[in-house]
Amino acid sequence: MAAGATYVSIASQTLTSAASTITFSSIPAIYTDLIIVHQGAALTTTALINMELNGDTTGSNYSLTFIIGDGSSAASGQYTSDKFVGRNYTAQQNNIFQIMNYSNSTTYKTTLSRSNSAGNLVQALVSLWRNTAAVTSVRLFVGAGNFDTGTTFSLYGIAAA
Amino acid sequence: MTPILGIMASQISGHLATPNNYESIATVTVSTAVSSITFSSIPGTYKHLQVRGVGKSVASGIWVTLKMNSDATAANYYSHRLLGNGSAASASSAAGSTAGADFTTFYPTGSTAFVTDILDYTDTNKKKTVRTLSGYDANGSGEFNYMSNLWQGTAAITTLTFGNTANFEQYTHFALYGVK
Repeated sequence: MAAGATYVSIASQTLTSAASTITFSSIPAIYTDLIIVHQGAALTTTALINMELNGDTTGSNYSLTFIIGDGSSAASGQYTSDKFVGRNYTAQQNNIFQIMNYSNSTTYKTTLSRSNSAGNLVQALVSLWRNTAAVTSVRLFVGAGNFDTGTTFSLYGIAAA
Repeated sequence: MTPILGIMASQISGHLATPNNYESIATVTVSTAVSSITFSSIPGTYKHLQVRGVGKSVASGIWVTLKMNSDATAANYYSHRLLGNGSAASASSAAGSTAGADFTTFYPTGSTAFVTDILDYTDTNKKKTVRTLSGYDANGSGEFNYMSNLWQGTAAITTLTFGNTANFEQYTHFALYGVK
């Protein structure tokens, strides 16, 4: 069996002022999976976090299924033509996005996401981008309001043997 | 400075780390449909294992199974599942079979992605537990699974066998990693 160290920090950014969108671009195709860790809070407005890949703004190329627990009940939902992948609360929380097999050019891209906000909910979500292109850029943006100052976004790459 | 990775918005603080605690051990990419994927001769030099993958079944079917060390004793396996199918959340459990424990679901209509952690896989004082997050979405259908598997063996794990009676489709990709 081959063996090699991986799980590499590619880039990170910390917001020095509130922003509604962040983008990682020119992502090299030398890894197999990407992981983005978001830690922070919304400035004033709770909103959904959306994801666009490779600048594709066509809503109908995106869909998702999620399961959620809000402290009193569990539920599941499903949307087509929707880029929703996470949640942005005014309380500190994290979202972890795992973009699987992002650098291949033969299959649609699937992302596994987890949202963890102790004061609000836990959520797990799978989303599909119906495009076979290798992912070279990821844009995360909120549907309303902003990511607050100090919010961090860290991008990692994992390379399979 | 022109960063290798372009970053827009706010402050840039890109950097490269020197990783040494998470290693790629082996990868299988299916070129023609197969009924099982096996990682064997897994070294005992790590603390935990992680398997990451994406794939489909060729034919309609549901469960991919996970077997440890080729142990075909059904009573040694058990699984629990928390499922969101797009309309409701539910929970279930299942006894094992000679193929192992129910690991996660694969379909022909959409790719299932999964991340699996196999904890303390070399500890000979513990039965082995596995946790998996997996999901597939096919634009109007799909599901998300939290899975837990138990193998009631205490031997160090040296072989993992993922079985699929509906066959793994071409391009299905399983990658095994070790965590120190």
